[in-house]
Amino acid sequence: MTIRDGALVLADGEIFEGELIGADQEMATGEVVFNTVLSGYQEVITDPSYAGQIITFTYPHIGNYGANAIDFEGKKIHARGVIVRDLSRRHSNWRAQYSLDAMLTQHGLMGIAGIDTRRLTRHLRDAGALPGAFGSAPEAELRHAANNEPGTTGVDLVAQVSTDVAYTSGDPLHPTRIVAYDFGIKTTIVRHLAGIGHVTVVPASTTAAQIVAMAPSGVFLSNGPGDPEMVPYAINAIRDIVDAGVPTFGICLGHQLLSQALGGLTFKLPFGHHGGNHPVRHLATGRIEITSQNHNFCVDPESLAGLVDVTHINLNDNTNEGMRVCGKQAFSVQYHPEAGPGPHDSRYLFDMFTATMNGSVGTGAHHA
Amino acid sequence: MAASGLVRTMPRRTDIHSILIIGSGPIVIGQACEFDYSGTQACRVLREEGYRVILANSNPATIMTDPDFADATYIEPLDVDILTAIIAKERPDAVLPTLGGQTGLNLAMELHHKGVLDRYEVELIGANALAIATAEDRGLFKQAMIEIGMGVLNSGVAHDLSEAQLVVAEVGLPCIIRPAYVLGGRGMGIASTPEEFVRMAAFGLDASPITEVLIEKSIKGWKEYELEVMRDTADNCVIICSIENLDAMGVHTGDSITVAPAQTLSDVEYQQMRDSAIAIMRRVGVETGGSNVQFAVHPDTGEQVVIEMNPRVSRSSALASKATGFPIAKIAAKLAVGYTLDEIPNDITKMTPASFEPSIDYVVTKIPRWAFEKLPGTSGVLGTQMQSVGEVMAIGRTFPESFQKAVRSLEQGRAGLNCDAGESLVDSIPTNELIALVEKPTPDRIFQVESLLRRGVAESVVCAASGYDLWFVDQMLAIVQERAELASLNAQDLTARQWRRAKRLGFSDAQLAYLWDTTEAIVRATRIALGVTATFKTVDTCAAEFDANTPYHYSTYEDTDEVRPSTNPTVIILGSGPNRIGQGIEFDYCCVHASFALRDAGFDTVMVNCNPETVSTDYDTSSRLYFEPLTHEDVLNVIDAEQRTGNLLGIIVSLGGQTPLKLASELPQELVLGTSPESIDLAEDRERWNSLCAQLDIPQPAGGTAVNLPQAMDITGRIGYPVLVRPSYVLGGRAMKIVYSNDELSAAMAELAADGALGREGGLSADRPVLVDRFLEEAIEVDVDALRDASGAFQIGGIMEHVEEAGVHSGDSACVLPPPTLSAQTLAVIEEYTAQIADALDVRGLINVQYAVRNGQVFVIEANPRASRTVPFVAKATGVPLAKVAARVMAGATLAELRVEGLLCDPVPGDHVSVKEAVLPASRFPDVDMVLGPEMRSTGEVMGIDRTVGLAFAKAQMAAGNTLPTSGMVFVSLADRDKLAGLTVAKRLVELGMGIVATNGTAAYLSDHGVPVDQVVAKIGEEGVNAVDLIASGAISLIINTPKGSGSRADGSAIRHAGVVHHVSVLTTMSAARVAVAGINDWSAHRLEVTSLQEHHAAGRETNPQMDLGI
Ligand SMILES: Nc1ncnc2c1ncn2[C@@H]1O[C@H](COP(=O)(O)OP(=O)(O)O)[C@@H](O)[C@H]1O
Ligand SMILES: Nc1ncnc2c1ncn2[C@@H]1O[C@H](COP(=O)(O)OP(=O)(O)O)[C@@H](O)[C@H]1O
Ligand SMILES: [Mg+2]
Ligand SMILES: [Mg+2]
Repeated sequence: MTIRDGALVLADGEIFEGELIGADQEMATGEVVFNTVLSGYQEVITDPSYAGQIITFTYPHIGNYGANAIDFEGKKIHARGVIVRDLSRRHSNWRAQYSLDAMLTQHGLMGIAGIDTRRLTRHLRDAGALPGAFGSAPEAELRHAANNEPGTTGVDLVAQVSTDVAYTSGDPLHPTRIVAYDFGIKTTIVRHLAGIGHVTVVPASTTAAQIVAMAPSGVFLSNGPGDPEMVPYAINAIRDIVDAGVPTFGICLGHQLLSQALGGLTFKLPFGHHGGNHPVRHLATGRIEITSQNHNFCVDPESLAGLVDVTHINLNDNTNEGMRVCGKQAFSVQYHPEAGPGPHDSRYLFDMFTATMNGSVGTGAHHA
Repeated sequence: MAASGLVRTMPRRTDIHSILIIGSGPIVIGQACEFDYSGTQACRVLREEGYRVILANSNPATIMTDPDFADATYIEPLDVDILTAIIAKERPDAVLPTLGGQTGLNLAMELHHKGVLDRYEVELIGANALAIATAEDRGLFKQAMIEIGMGVLNSGVAHDLSEAQLVVAEVGLPCIIRPAYVLGGRGMGIASTPEEFVRMAAFGLDASPITEVLIEKSIKGWKEYELEVMRDTADNCVIICSIENLDAMGVHTGDSITVAPAQTLSDVEYQQMRDSAIAIMRRVGVETGGSNVQFAVHPDTGEQVVIEMNPRVSRSSALASKATGFPIAKIAAKLAVGYTLDEIPNDITKMTPASFEPSIDYVVTKIPRWAFEKLPGTSGVLGTQMQSVGEVMAIGRTFPESFQKAVRSLEQGRAGLNCDAGESLVDSIPTNELIALVEKPTPDRIFQVESLLRRGVAESVVCAASGYDLWFVDQMLAIVQERAELASLNAQDLTARQWRRAKRLGFSDAQLAYLWDTTEAIVRATRIALGVTATFKTVDTCAAEFDANTPYHYSTYEDTDEVRPSTNPTVIILGSGPNRIGQGIEFDYCCVHASFALRDAGFDTVMVNCNPETVSTDYDTSSRLYFEPLTHEDVLNVIDAEQRTGNLLGIIVSLGGQTPLKLASELPQELVLGTSPESIDLAEDRERWNSLCAQLDIPQPAGGTAVNLPQAMDITGRIGYPVLVRPSYVLGGRAMKIVYSNDELSAAMAELAADGALGREGGLSADRPVLVDRFLEEAIEVDVDALRDASGAFQIGGIMEHVEEAGVHSGDSACVLPPPTLSAQTLAVIEEYTAQIADALDVRGLINVQYAVRNGQVFVIEANPRASRTVPFVAKATGVPLAKVAARVMAGATLAELRVEGLLCDPVPGDHVSVKEAVLPASRFPDVDMVLGPEMRSTGEVMGIDRTVGLAFAKAQMAAGNTLPTSGMVFVSLADRDKLAGLTVAKRLVELGMGIVATNGTAAYLSDHGVPVDQVVAKIGEEGVNAVDLIASGAISLIINTPKGSGSRADGSAIRHAGVVHHVSVLTTMSAARVAVAGINDWSAHRLEVTSLQEHHAAGRETNPQMDLGI
C-alpha cells in the first residue's frame, strides 16, 4: 500500500498532518465536526445529517469490524470526509462484507488518518465547528479552500439529501398509515416506522395539502442536515399539518422544524452534540436515557413559552431535547431515539407515536 | 426554561446513620488490592456524607484500614462469629456488602442466613440477599436468564457426584464445571473425558461454599467480553465500559489479556449486549451500584450468550474505573445511600452529571502477572481458574502502543513485544513446535505469536492456533512489520516522522537500542534532538468533548501535550508496579500515605504507577497521576514533563519496594529524595555491605559472593554447611536455597546460571553474583523498621519477633509485636545496631533491618534503606504513621519538627499484642508443597490483635483461614530435631483435652516420654490406615508436621497436601506449633472480644501486654 501524505487545514489556520485514505482525490472540504461514539462509524458516516460535514472520530481505531450493506443509514454518503487517528489495516467481524476503506473508496469519500484527533477535537471544542479542507493539495490551496468553504449555516442542505420521489416501506395492509418527510431520513428510522405501520417516505418539498390529501394516521418529521431556517417550505407545511390536527412526531431536524413552525427560535450550539452517550431526562418520568445525538442547532424553549411543554432536557448542558405541542397531537425530540448507532433507551417514543396516532394520548399533558 | 437538568431532590437516606463495610481480607489470587481501592473510596464517600462508618478487614496492609478512614476500624478475622460480635457491639443500621469482593459478599450472605442481620435489624444496602443469590447461585441465575429470554448454554446444576453424572449425560462432553459463590474461578475446569469429569466435578463441589456446581456445555474458543453496568434507585442504568478479552473463552478473564473498549464488535452487536446487560441487572435485582456481566460471542455467527454476572464491584470494575476515569466504587457507595446518578456530578468534568456513559479516545490493555516460577509443580498453563497474582494496565492511543507499554510495565525484563534480549527464548524454538505451543494459553503466548508472525507465518495460522481474533493479530503484525523496517535503518537515519511512527506503535527506546545494537541513552538523545518527545494526554471520561480538570495523564506520541503548569513545589512518587509475591499492597500503602502527607504539607504530588488495582492510581490520591510503566524511559518522560510545566523538587524512590529502588541509580541523582542512591547501593552491594558491617563491628553470618561453582566451593570450604545460596538484587527470597552439601551446592549454582526463569530476571554475572552465607539454624529472626532524618535523629518504628525461625522468609513467617521472648538486653543491642547502620547509610526516611538471634547473639541478615513490607503493620500496631513521617522527612522535615507538628508520635505501648500472619496460595495450588522456606510464596497477610500473644495468634490464624481447633485430634509427625520441642507441645495439647495421632517414630518418642498417643498411623503405602486416609475421613482437626531436614519429604508433602485439600490447618514449624498451643489455650479460656483500632490506640497507654506465652 502506498502512503499518500496529506494535511488538514482549518479555516482558522490550524494544520494537522496525516495520510490520506479512501477515495483518491485532490481535496475535500466541509465543516469539520467530531463524534465521540466508540462503535457505529459506518452508521455515522452514512447518516445524511452529516451532509456538508467532515467527521472526526475521537475513538482512535476506526474500521475494526469492517462495513456491510445493512448498516447504511442513507442510500448515498453525504458527508464530505472522515478524519481518524488510525484506520484498521484489516477488519474482523462476521457481519463485515468489505473494509471501511473499500466502502469509502467505492462511495468516492476521502479520509485522512494519522491525525492527532484529540488535539483537533479540543480545538473544535473551544473554537466551535470550523470549515476545513484536507487532501494532497499544497497547504496554501487547502487554506484557501477552507476559507471559502461556506459551512452549514445559510445553506439548504435538505434539498440536496432528500429523496426525489416518494417510496414506501412496511406492510401495505397495515391500518396505520404514516407519511414520513425525508429531510435526510435515516434508514433505521424508516425501519422503525415500518415496524409500527405502513410508511410513505416523501420528498422534503411535499406540501401540506398533498400530505393531508393522503389522509395519514400520522406524519413523521425526519432528521436531516444543516440550519432549519434554510427550509422555509417545510416549516410552512408542518405548521399547516399540525394545525390540521394530524398526529406528528419529529426527530432532530424535525424537532427544530416543528419548533420553527410554531414560531420558535433555534440557535447554533458552540460545538453541537455529536455522540452516543448524552444523558437526557424524560421529565414526565424523571428517567434518564442515554441517547445518540447529532445536531449543531438547538431549540430555544423560551421562545415557545406557553405553546409547548418541554418533555426532555439534556443533563450535560440543560438544553432542550424534546417537547409536546400544547393542544395539538404533535411531539418531537432533538436526539435520536432510533439509535443506529447508539443506545436503545428511547425507543418507547415510537410507541408513543403509535399511541398518539391511535388517539389514546391526550394533548398537552406529560406522558410516559 | 421549564425545568432544570439538575433538580436536586436530596434523596440521601436519613433513616440510616451507621454503615458496616466488610473488606476482602488478605490479598489472595482472585482478590487483590482492587478491593482496597473500592473500599477506601466507599469509606471516604460515606464519611463525607456524614455516616458513621464501621469497617471490618483483617488485612493490615490496606489503606482502608488506616484509622483515619473509618470511625471504627476492626482489624479482626473475617468470620461470621467475629462479624456478629462487631454488629452486636456497634449496632450498624446497614451493611454494604458489594465492595468487599467475593469475601464481603459471601459473609454478608452468611450473616443473612444465620439471622444475624434480622436479629440486629441491619439492612443490606446495594444488593439484597435475593439479588445476591440470583447472581451467585449459578442455577438460579440460569433460570432467571431463561426467563428474560437471554441466550444461555445447555447446562444443569448438581449438588453431588451422582447428580453431576446425570447432568453430564444430558449436557455432554466437553463441559465446564462451575462452582457457585467462588472467587477467581476456583474449582472450575473444563472436562473432556469421563475420568476428568469425575475428578473435576468432585473438586468443583468441594470448592463451592454451598456445594453446588453448574455443569455447562463448553464453548472454549468463543470471544469473551465484559460490560460494567451501574444502576441507581430510580432504575437508571448506564454502561461504564466494555472490555474485550484477547484470550478466548476458556481462560479466566482475570488471567486474560483484556482490552478496553471492545474492539471487534459492531454497534449492532454492542447495543444488543448493552440491552442484555441492563435487562440482567434489572432481573437479578441489584438495586444500586456496579455489577459486571460477562458474555461470550460466537466468532462466526455472532451468537451471544451470558456467562455470569457479579453483583458487586469487582476486579474488572477497578480496571474499568482506571480505564475510563469513572470512579465506579465511589459512585456505587453514593447510590447505595439513595443518590441517583444524575444527582452526582462527574468528578472529572465537574460540569456534567455521572449519569452518562464514558467515551474514551485511547486504548487500554491489561496484562496479568503470574508467579509460576515461585510455585514449582504448577504447569504454567492458563485455564478457567485464575492463577495470576497481579496485573498491569497501560494506556496508549492505539492498541499496539498500549499493548507494548503494558508488556514493559510487567517488569519481567521485557522491553516490549519481543525485540529485546528475551526474545531468544522463543526464537530458538522451531516453527512447528512453536505453533503447537501457541495452542496452549501460557504467559509466553504473546511472545510466541510475535515470533511466528516475524517468521512470516500466516495470520490465519496464528489466529487458528492462538484463538486470538484476526484484528488483534494484525495489530501485532503491524508491530512486526514496523520492526522489520526499522531494522534496516539505524538511530541516525530516522526522520522525525519515522521516529514518531515507531513510538506510536509502542516501541521503547530499549527495544530500539537492542535492534540497533546501541544504548538506550543514545536512542533517547538522538530522538529528542529531532524533537520527538512523549506527549501527555488526559483521561477525561468524555473523549475531549468537555473541558476536564482532572490531571490523569498517559504518554503517547502526538502533536500536543496537556499537562497544566503548576508552581507548587512538586514531589514525584514512584509506585510499585504490578502486585507480585514479595511486593504488593504494602508498598502501595506507603506511596499513598506519602502522597497524602505531602499534599497536606502543601506539596504537589505526582504518582507514577501502572497497577490498575491500587489506591495510588486513583486520580484523586495525588495532585497528578501518570499512568505509566515504571521503566527508566517512561519515568524520565514524566520528569521532563514535570520540569517543563512545574517546580519539581525531587523523586521518592524508597516507598514503592524494589521497583523504584532499582531505577534510582539511573535517575538524575540530585532529584532523588531521601537516602542517596549511593547509600542504597552500599546496602545492596554485598561486598560493600560486608565491609560496612565489619567496620561497625556488627556480626553477620559468615559468607561471600561467587560467580561460579569453584568460588562457591571456596566459600563453603571456609564457612562450612549448611549455607544459604541466593542471587543478589532480587526480592522475596527469589530462588533462595538452603544447601547442605557439595552436591546440592553444584545443583543450586547450575540452576542459577541456567537461562531459565531466573536467567530472564537477570541471571548470573559479574555484576550479579550469587551470595553464599552460612545458614544460621534455629535462630530467632527479627525485623526492625526505623526512621532517621537528615539531622541524624533516629526513632525505632517497631521491632517484630518472628514466630518461625530464620530460614523461613520474613514475608512468609508470622511475627509478633512487641517481641514476646527477646530479652531487654537483646532488644537494646538490636536498637543500637539499627541506629548505627542507619547512621552509616545516612538514612533519610525509613530503614528496615533483619536480624537473626542465636543463643543471645545478634547477627544482621540484611538492611533495606527503604520502606518494608511491615510498615503498614507496624503503623497499625503502634499508631505511628511511619510512611507519612518518612515522606515528610524525605522532603526535608526533621523528626523533631514532625513531633511538634503532631504527625510523629511515640508508639502506643499498648495493652495489646499484634500478630501478622502470611497467607499462602495453597488452596489455589494444592499440588504445590507449601512447606515454608527462604523463598517467599505468600500473596498476602492478615493481622490479629488481642490481649495475649496466644489470642492474637489465634485470631491471625483464623483470619488466614486456618482456624485453630479447641478440641478433637491433632496429627503429629516430626523431624528428629523437633521431637524434643514437640514433646512439650503434645503434652500441653493433651492437657487441653485434645487427642494425639502420630506417625511411628513420633508416636514412639511421645509415648516413651509419657505422652499418651491415641492412634499410630502407618506410612503411606504400608498396610493399615495412613495419615492421608485419616485426614480425608475428617477425623483430624489440626496437623503438626515439620519437614525432615534435607531428606525425603514425600510422606510429609502428601500429608500437607491432604491438609490443604481437606481444609485442615497445617503447622509446619515447631515455633508456630508452640504459639498455636498458647493460642488454643487462651482461646478456650477467654471470651471472644472485638476491639477497634481506634480503641486500641486510645487505650494503649494504660497497661502493659501480657507477654506470657502460656507454656
Ligand atoms: N461454558 C463455558 N465454556 C468455556 N469456557 C467457559 C464457560 N463458562 C465460563 N468459561 C470460562 O471460565 C471463566 C471463569 O468463569 P466465571 O463464571 O466467569 O467464573 P468467576 O465467577 O470466577 O469469574 C470465564 O472467564 C470463561 O473464560
Ligand atoms: N544466614 C542466614 N541464616 C538463616 N536464615 C537466613 C540467613 N539469611 C537469610 N535468611 C532467611 O532468608 C530470608 C530471606 O532473606 P533476605 O535477605 O531477607 O531476602 P529478601 O531480600 O529476599 O527479603 C530471611 O527472612 C531469613 O529467614
Ligand atoms: Mg468471571
Ligand atoms: Mg464470579
